[in-house]
Amino acid sequence: MTFIRRLKRHLVVIAGLLTLGYLLLPNVVVTVFSFNDPKGRFNYAWQKFSTDAWTDPCGVADLCGSLGISLQIAAWATLGATVLGTMIAFALVRYRFRARGAVNSLIFLPMAMPEVVMAASLLTLFLNLGAQLGFWTILIAHIMFCLSFVVVAVKARVMSMDPRLEEAARDLYAGPVQTFVRVTLPIAAPGIAAGALLAFALSFDDFIITNFTAGSTVTFPMFVWGSAQRGTPVQINVIGTAMFVVAVLFVLAGMAVGNRRRRQKA
Amino acid sequence: MTKDHGGDVRLSGISKTYGSFTAVHPLDLTVPEGSFFALLGASGCGKTTTLRMIAGLEEPTSGTVHLGDQDVTALPPYKRPVNTVFQSYALFPHLDIFENVAFGLRRRGIRSVKKQVEEMLELVQLGEQARKKPHQLSGGQQQRVAVARALINQPRVLLLDEPLGALDLKLRRQMQLELKRIQTEVGITFIHVTHDQEEAMTMADTVAVMSAGRVEQLGSPTDLYENPHTTFVANFLGTSNLIEAEVDSTSGDDIVLTAGDGKLSLPGARCSAPTATGGRVLVGVRPEKISLTHADDAGDIPVGRNRITGRIAASSFIGVSTQYVVDASVCPEFEVYVQNIDRDPRLVPGAEVVLHWSPAHTFGLDAAQDIDAGVETVEEEQVA
Repeated sequence: MTFIRRLKRHLVVIAGLLTLGYLLLPNVVVTVFSFNDPKGRFNYAWQKFSTDAWTDPCGVADLCGSLGISLQIAAWATLGATVLGTMIAFALVRYRFRARGAVNSLIFLPMAMPEVVMAASLLTLFLNLGAQLGFWTILIAHIMFCLSFVVVAVKARVMSMDPRLEEAARDLYAGPVQTFVRVTLPIAAPGIAAGALLAFALSFDDFIITNFTAGSTVTFPMFVWGSAQRGTPVQINVIGTAMFVVAVLFVLAGMAVGNRRRRQKA
Repeated sequence: MTKDHGGDVRLSGISKTYGSFTAVHPLDLTVPEGSFFALLGASGCGKTTTLRMIAGLEEPTSGTVHLGDQDVTALPPYKRPVNTVFQSYALFPHLDIFENVAFGLRRRGIRSVKKQVEEMLELVQLGEQARKKPHQLSGGQQQRVAVARALINQPRVLLLDEPLGALDLKLRRQMQLELKRIQTEVGITFIHVTHDQEEAMTMADTVAVMSAGRVEQLGSPTDLYENPHTTFVANFLGTSNLIEAEVDSTSGDDIVLTAGDGKLSLPGARCSAPTATGGRVLVGVRPEKISLTHADDAGDIPVGRNRITGRIAASSFIGVSTQYVVDASVCPEFEVYVQNIDRDPRLVPGAEVVLHWSPAHTFGLDAAQDIDAGVETVEEEQVA
């Protein structure tokens, strides 16, 4: 009786914890198995604790090379998509031009289109243009599909911006460039940062489009996919765990900075 | 040849149209240097557009803006020696109070701003808050930051766009006095846009009443109140009782009019309508100028006063005064404010009374206007 009553009272907390567990379980598994010392080529059954993979993360041929390519592509794709997407977002919010409505909905199309369809059509396009598949074709494709996400993130922020702030800046002796750098950009920054992070994450772990447009170039997700056919080195788990830890550290650092600012203000 | 205009703000034939809508009709206005000038009107009357054209945030469709002898019509806002206090303050949310105030100085390449900013923050009593962000301040404090941020640049003209609109009543009164004090102290020309007639009258030396893109009347608050030239001004500034009357004759400087079966007289100089015999005129009188006498004592009223009869329809006790609504033969809802000095206990709803006032307190308006112009808008604004 008391058990049921207690269950009822904490139902929300229990449901929340279960969901959180559901979300985090894959990460836990990846982390735990990064300390495994597997028998044979597949890292699917727990054998015994080992830090071998952690002390030699690049011990597998081509793994760190593919990781480097992925990081490079993600960095450039983030830069390209963020710059272009921010400009598109400002144009869509601030200016009234012909076909603005059409552009507004067309920008969402890549988000809605099945990725494999987009991948296939990109490949057709590149082949018809006679482009050499590789780093550049991957980068072009990534910038393209990240763009919509950046536009959405930045647009939301720009729309909520009070246009009077820029008027106030102009009124206070800031020319057009100064107004943009000193007022518009800093206020839009959270939206731009959110768009950039999203772009980085999307580009870094994209597999389908990359696989179609890569030619002989191998990115990290492609490496993982390829090795899964022949045997999975523990180092994959090490890289996965490291990425997760880096992301968590970023979030914690962001929260710490935010908290300190809030305390200073109070 | 060129006349010295000092630091006057001169608008010549300035207008603004958006497509087929005319926000401001061609307008001529001179704001003398160092004055506190108010543009008063209901929302949508073109007062804010006029202000924005002075700031350079809006490009006039026609006409010119002069600051002293300099034509600034083509100058962008950041090149005009004019600063604005915006309605929503428009404080930069990503900068602290100090940097908000320093913004204008820094943009003009001034390096050592610390002393000036601190002095300015002292002037508006915000020295303690320098390192806070705008959203951590109360509405009144934000408002003072907005004023400081504009004033620190020592502009030739300070423009205030409904600066007190977002504050509650008590704070608004306080800030009115505060702004007036600052203006007297710094001696800069203030142009203040507001829909609050009381605010305009308490603060400004000169008030321009605007309606539908035109200046209805311009003058000192007393002049506008005592001697309105249009029904809009008469109703928008305070309350007026307007009686439809017909010109009967002229005796000396006075005009004698017929209203109902009685006679009213009014000084010819206070009538802005044509006064040919038989012409129709609206006779106006302010509620506080009127005395109320019970019908039984009608004989005691001195001769030579304008008088009309009626019955008290309602009365409300306000403290300093009692406000009566009188159902008069010539005007169904005559408002009378009586000071509570000697209260006559017989003056209750239903009592027959005589209303009387000095002819010198009467004004005349052209009857060809809407008698209720400016009435509704005031109430709408107060609700908003």
